[in-house]
Amino acid sequence: MTTELVNFEAALRGLAAPAPAGVGTGALVAVGLADQYAELPSPLGPVLVAWNGRGISWVDRAADRPGFAERFGERVGRPLHPADSVPADIARAIAGRLAGDRRVSVRLDLRGRTPFEVAVWMKALEIPRGEVRPYGWIAAEIGRPRAVRAVGTALAHNPVPLVVPCHRVVRSDGSIGQYSLGGPSAKRMILAAEGLDPDGLEAGARAGVRYLGSATTKIVCLPSCHNARRITPRHQRPFPSLAQAVAAGFRACRECRPGSGATLAA
Amino acid sequence: MDPDLALLRRLADDLDSAFADLVTAHQDRLYTIALRQLGDTRDAEEVAQDALVRSYRAMAAYDRERIRALQLRPWLASIVVNLSRNRRRRPQDRRPPVQLEPIVAIGTEPAAPDDRGTPHERAARRETIRALATALLAVPPGPRAALILRHVDGLSVAEAAVALNRPEGTIKAQVSRGLAQLRTRLAEDPEFAPAREERTA
Repeated sequence: MTTELVNFEAALRGLAAPAPAGVGTGALVAVGLADQYAELPSPLGPVLVAWNGRGISWVDRAADRPGFAERFGERVGRPLHPADSVPADIARAIAGRLAGDRRVSVRLDLRGRTPFEVAVWMKALEIPRGEVRPYGWIAAEIGRPRAVRAVGTALAHNPVPLVVPCHRVVRSDGSIGQYSLGGPSAKRMILAAEGLDPDGLEAGARAGVRYLGSATTKIVCLPSCHNARRITPRHQRPFPSLAQAVAAGFRACRECRPGSGATLAA
Repeated sequence: MDPDLALLRRLADDLDSAFADLVTAHQDRLYTIALRQLGDTRDAEEVAQDALVRSYRAMAAYDRERIRALQLRPWLASIVVNLSRNRRRRPQDRRPPVQLEPIVAIGTEPAAPDDRGTPHERAARRETIRALATALLAVPPGPRAALILRHVDGLSVAEAAVALNRPEGTIKAQVSRGLAQLRTRLAEDPEFAPAREERTA
């Protein structure tokens, strides 16, 4: 009887089974101690998106796949596992954001980044689709008006381009400038896909059009502001500086806030 | 020294850097408890993962002293037992244990690495495990949980009592009742032969 019981209990211990690999990985990803990544289509061609239970952590061009894990490891330092596809809610949030719907909530995992960097990226998230703002505008809006170069650096280090639309931030002289996700040509391409004319914007800036006022409303905007783009050509009043617009009796648009980062000297 | 004590100390000091080690050390037993409680590999996978996630979130909310005072093995077991119980309570999962048998046939039994003995002996061992797992699922949930924690997971009676929040006397009674039920059921099963196997091993 005793022998039988011992054997019986030994047999029960034999019911132990190893957990499938997905159990541990899934738990670590869910709590944000590891990430998964998969490919997703975008206006710039396929991109690789990495995420964990806390949010999207990384976006990169699929064309740069060979170095993807390495760059992620260097900058983020968490284990990274390939997945079959991007979860539907994340794919929907990214698509919604790119389509210009700023009500779509999108969770980002920006742990380990400086408060300044996060402030820059959160501000960039406020720029509407198809519009651009100068680096100096971001610097002024986050209360660091002199940190224009640091804003540029923070945007260059944006871990989630496309989701945080750093492509909508341009140089203060009105030229399109650099872009981390494939260079200036990719930046022009995605701005054009959002309905902006990058060549026209640059040509205007070169010709001295930094601000655009409406003769009927007496409101002055940044040229890509949706309010400026509704002004009929007949009523358009271009200005090379905000000071000149103010002197001519125009007030700043409350949506694009052209006063942010503008020098009031003529 | 109990390796869990060192692990608890590291979890208390820095949860994020130590948690992966908790996963490595405990994922197999949590999966096993869920699998033997539920009888389905996919359910067990989800429940085991969820249990790990919940343990992380709980510890993230605890202060250091509370983490260090945890009895890690029974505490984790209690999480996975409760999740398994809740899962079975969901209407879509409410199927009587007898119906679990066909699920066994389509691959409930995970492919454990097993290369000892001849192919015939391996097949016999698989049959033994399958017969035992099926018989275990026929034991009512209360005694089944006690039996799994005590004899599959190997907790002491005292630890199982903590994990299931039942008095030790109840655990002992449930374990012996469960063992008796298993023995009766398996006495009629020609595939079950642990004694024979023990002798050849």
